[in-house]
Amino acid sequence: MKYAVCINHVPDTAAKITVGSDGKTIDKGGVSYVISPYDEFAIEECLRLKEKNGGEVTVVSLGSDAHKESLRKALAMGVDKAVLLKDDSTRDSFSVARALADCLQEISPDVIFFGKQSVDYDDSAVGLMVAEMLGLPSISVIVKLEIADGKVTAEREVEGGREVVETKLPAVFTAQKGLNEPRYPSLKGIMAAKSKPIEERPASAAPPKVEVLGMQKPPARLAGRIVGTDATAVPELVRLLHEEAKVI
Amino acid sequence: MKILVFAEQRDNKFKKPAFEAVKAARTIVDQIGGEVIALAVGSSVHSIAGTLGGYGAKKVLVVEHARLGLYSSTAYSRIVAEVASAQQVAIVMIPATALGKDLAPRVAVKLDAGVAADCTALRIENGEVIATRPVYAGKALTDVRVTSVVKIFTLRPNVFTAGSGDGEAVPVEHVAVQLSEQDFTSAVKEIKQSSGKIDVAEADIIVTGGRGMKGPEHFPMIEQLAQALDAAVGASRAVVDAGWRPHEEQVGQTGKTVSPSLYIAVGVSGAIQHLAGMSSSKYIVAINKDKDAPIFQVATYGIVADAFEVVPALTAEIKKMLGKS
Repeated sequence: MKYAVCINHVPDTAAKITVGSDGKTIDKGGVSYVISPYDEFAIEECLRLKEKNGGEVTVVSLGSDAHKESLRKALAMGVDKAVLLKDDSTRDSFSVARALADCLQEISPDVIFFGKQSVDYDDSAVGLMVAEMLGLPSISVIVKLEIADGKVTAEREVEGGREVVETKLPAVFTAQKGLNEPRYPSLKGIMAAKSKPIEERPASAAPPKVEVLGMQKPPARLAGRIVGTDATAVPELVRLLHEEAKVI
Repeated sequence: MKILVFAEQRDNKFKKPAFEAVKAARTIVDQIGGEVIALAVGSSVHSIAGTLGGYGAKKVLVVEHARLGLYSSTAYSRIVAEVASAQQVAIVMIPATALGKDLAPRVAVKLDAGVAADCTALRIENGEVIATRPVYAGKALTDVRVTSVVKIFTLRPNVFTAGSGDGEAVPVEHVAVQLSEQDFTSAVKEIKQSSGKIDVAEADIIVTGGRGMKGPEHFPMIEQLAQALDAAVGASRAVVDAGWRPHEEQVGQTGKTVSPSLYIAVGVSGAIQHLAGMSSSKYIVAINKDKDAPIFQVATYGIVADAFEVVPALTAEIKKMLGKS
């Protein structure tokens, strides 16, 4: 079995975001970058599938040289091969998906994993676009996966419950938190990762279809008022919610 | 300009975001001309489909098939793309629900269309739709335009107003789509409902417990307050990671981004990831004994006190007011 997992290199969720001087993207100064959190669940699931069924896991990321840091971490977790699709251009989800789909077509994996969304642009689109471009079925936002004899059953999170979805391989999945508990790289894994090569390939060109015109901070919320400092403030709070806010 | 709106249903009832999307589309065509065509897909939706006219659709199309009662990404995406092409629409709008987020990217590829995802506002500039969409879990907002011939917008639930839906009902047209086994290579077999719980993504009021609750054994207090308000129970990342609460309740950057009318944060300090996910709530109440907790910086109303004293009193007071006790 061949597994591929596509990851993104994004600002740490603890990072403060400020708008850059171009007014369209963020100021990268002082921001630390990590593997997008949902992609870690995707990596972990591929590693578990490999440990159970044998095979090979390839990690792919599209972006600048900076993405090597996240690719290296994936290798340290136990991934076999890493591919960097080198690219410094401005892309939207569609054009990222096109380049990844072209690369994945060559690798021809049985299982392709993504995180359910990249926590920078939050589009939740690339994995599913890749599936459609490759003509493969997909199950997104999964919290449980079972594969037996090429038949797939997964559970995906929806409002108020879970959908049980069936499909067959090859297929694309996007991982939700709760699917597994990602491992930390072991010291042995970190050492081994240093000697594993990161293959660099050019990313195929594809013009974006969404143009960012501007970026701004959301309107600042003004701190409200402290209604009280013990339970005697409760009737006043309820009155405010009822009469002033009119929400109850 | 023609806009096709995918009107999501579950159990042959439309979901509220379907009405919100129809109304949002109508607001656009009222400014630049055109018409709204709503599309309902399901096992038996023709009897309810006409109601979409009340929210602003000029025409309602229905695709029915016994196997379309439950979602199939392969079948649904084919249907939406085929109808969009046949109707020669310029824009497709889809609610950014769990289903819509799964559907839109596939439809986009079929139509060679760009997607502005999870939009929170739409406006017209020089005859063109400009969308506002949050990025970095709401730590920043972007204004975007879609440059492809066909454009897709997915709309965040609970943000656009559906209105009363009291406009005229319109005729419903059946559209025949030939479906074969191949169209269901990926299909939902069943939905496991979490019994009686309101989902944070759909709730109008959310009561969230944080680490200040000290342990899972104290969450019934949160549940009782939520029940009194017909609210959903939310959880901070700290309590989900500690295993006190299930992940589907998590609010914040690695959970759900929410914008209810009322958000009550109990014992939540307000980490940057949490604030990003809930700061667009209309009203925020914070109950925390640490007066310096960052949650107070976004709260409309705060009580600086022990949650274990305040929450039971608050539940009782709300029940009294709502006549529930």
